Amino acid sequence: MNNSVTNTARLLGAGLRALLVLTLVTGVIYPLAVTGIAQALFRDKANGSEIKADGKVVGSSLIGQSYDLPLKKGQETPDPDLKWFQGRPANGLGANGINTRYKLILSGATNLAADSGDLLKQVEDAKAAVVKDNSVPGCTVNPSQVPADAVTSSGSGLDPAISPAYAGLQVHRVAAKNGLPVAQVEKLVEDHTDGRTLGFIGEPRVNVLELNTALKGLVAHK
Amino acid sequence: MGPVSAGVLQLIALVGALALVYIPLGDHMARVYSSPKHLRVEKWIYKGIGADPDTEMTWPAYLRGILAFSAVGVLFLYLLQRLQGVLPGSLGFSSVNPAQSFNTAVSFVTNTNWQSYYGEQTMGHVVQTAGLAVQNFVSAAVGMAVAVALVRGFARSRTGELGNFWSDLVRGTLRILVPLAAIAAVVLVACGVIQNFSGIHEVGRFMGGSQQWNGGAVASQEAIKELGTNGGGYFNANSAHPFENPTPFTNLFEVFLILVIPFALTRTFGVLVGSVRQGYAILATMFTIWLGFTALMMWTEFAHHGPALQAAGGAMEGKEVRFGVGGSSIFAVATTLTSTGAVDSFHSSFTGLGGGITMLSMMLGEIAPGGTGSGLYGILIMAVIAVFIAGLMVGRTPEYLGKKIGGREMKLAACYILITPALVLVFTAASMALSTPPHSMLNSGAHGFSEVLYAFTSAANNNGSAFAGLNANTDWYNTTTGLAMLLGRFLPMVFVLALAGSLAGQKPVPVTAGTLRTEKPLFTGLLVGAILIITGLTYFPALALGPLAEGLA
Repeated sequence: MNNSVTNTARLLGAGLRALLVLTLVTGVIYPLAVTGIAQALFRDKANGSEIKADGKVVGSSLIGQSYDLPLKKGQETPDPDLKWFQGRPANGLGANGINTRYKLILSGATNLAADSGDLLKQVEDAKAAVVKDNSVPGCTVNPSQVPADAVTSSGSGLDPAISPAYAGLQVHRVAAKNGLPVAQVEKLVEDHTDGRTLGFIGEPRVNVLELNTALKGLVAHK
Repeated sequence: MGPVSAGVLQLIALVGALALVYIPLGDHMARVYSSPKHLRVEKWIYKGIGADPDTEMTWPAYLRGILAFSAVGVLFLYLLQRLQGVLPGSLGFSSVNPAQSFNTAVSFVTNTNWQSYYGEQTMGHVVQTAGLAVQNFVSAAVGMAVAVALVRGFARSRTGELGNFWSDLVRGTLRILVPLAAIAAVVLVACGVIQNFSGIHEVGRFMGGSQQWNGGAVASQEAIKELGTNGGGYFNANSAHPFENPTPFTNLFEVFLILVIPFALTRTFGVLVGSVRQGYAILATMFTIWLGFTALMMWTEFAHHGPALQAAGGAMEGKEVRFGVGGSSIFAVATTLTSTGAVDSFHSSFTGLGGGITMLSMMLGEIAPGGTGSGLYGILIMAVIAVFIAGLMVGRTPEYLGKKIGGREMKLAACYILITPALVLVFTAASMALSTPPHSMLNSGAHGFSEVLYAFTSAANNNGSAFAGLNANTDWYNTTTGLAMLLGRFLPMVFVLALAGSLAGQKPVPVTAGTLRTEKPLFTGLLVGAILIITGLTYFPALALGPLAEGLA
């Protein structure tokens, strides 16, 4: 009995020492070495790929943002600012539940099922809003033209991109709201469309923050 | 080019990349586990541990080493979270509550990485980097150690010796996982994954005002998270988060990292048992199931059945534009057919059948290609069972790799395959029968049931992904999934090591005309069939109530 207690203690001691040594290797040396290399070679990327407009940081090119008007009295959700290209819905972000003195940027999906009534309503409402917002005099949007990414929430809730189809759908509205020629805005979208990597990896997309930053430049030099 | 052909091309590129590294990596791992030489740094480590790496262990000794190391790991990780509030370098985050700390500690030590916590607002730098990421390495190394011990059981004769656990653990970490993870981490940073230790800081917004970010050692953790088939995300959105998976290329690269070791281990197996063709037969089995499931997943997701997806015009709910339906489908199957559980898109919002495929993938026991190490030992158990079934058909004592599969061996294999279904079905039934656990379901009806079934399937198979609508941060789910993870990880290891010990003690049977040739395609076909039929019979009733009811509605 005594013997087996001693043996177990000895074994647990070996386990603890192994854990501590391996923690030093994989939990201290490894991450610090990778951080050193990352900060030396890819400083911008390792720190979040920030982008600037007029000398000020306006966010990360990787993280999607909302482009809304200020909240009006009695409103719970703000209206979109239709001057700017709009990103995807983000209905699953959740709220800061712990460590609440921070207002950290969160991530998350709705997790609603394909046969969920709630999700169906979200999709239908979003589609109606996209049709209404983007139908400007001389250009009516048909519900069948609205692509799937415009009416569904992304996985992260921070999707920085929209499909070229959704960007194209917003061209007439954005041109009208900013008093720019349609052709100029169309060209802008085209210039900011990324194709598939090597022609087959991923999907074509338009980075909304980069597009809006460029649009801001156009408007300023109008 | 349309999205479907782009998806297929991505799959082909992935297969090409995996094929390219299969032999070099597999051979390297075989050398790591059979070389008599120790590196100088390893000798220091053995001195630190106080263990002699050249002492051969019998199976009970090998198992005791694993259990001691894992028990200490759970306790250490538990305390680290409980003390977070007073630890420096924790972003000022408070300590994690006891039930959640227990669940998370067990989850990372068992290579599950089920997360009932919200990454970016719960865990500071110290817990993430020196706690969670460390277990990403060592739990994977433990899985590989058990696999190698089983392979030695087949390769050795008339001995009870299976190698030395400490040596296998240290070598797997230092010579395989750390170098690969370091290379992968730098590639990820080059593509935009963040890697810094900054605190919580404000970053400007386009519309004015600012947003609050926390930095982190994300790339270094992301690399081992995929490579060790762990899956616990730095952020809540896991690999859907742009800071974890910023581009279409990183997405495909992360799938590659998930699959590369489990597939290459079949080569290691072949080399160590002295016949690489035996390894190819196992590889062919894994590959057939993986490819078939990926094709099925792409088909159902591109078809986007389900009222909400039909209304949207595509299955983009819970998916990112940069990955699209193709990239997300490839990731979803890879993560559930291995024990990874990382997600780049949210399985709960997949089509009914797509969600069912992710569940069935885990129910197969995660053997195609399976977790780092656990995939190989899992499929070798299935091979033993397939050989036994074949033996029954022709009335011959079954043998595999020159070892007789007798009563004792079959009992151990049968115990192995019964554990996870028992855990999954009993805990799911209990959760549905009791009055409060069903309140955690987000969706109702068949999909709500699927959320609970998925949770226990994921926990008991050490996957870690979720139909994340389920609110799993309750005492009931934290405790029961914690138990399912523990029992689902370590009980099978007991049977695997006992089997290894029993095989190693045998003397080899000579190959005769009546021997089933287990390196031939016929055997691969038999093995695929055995895997699908056994899993199907076990889980069909539960699947019919959940994903099938939803998918066929």
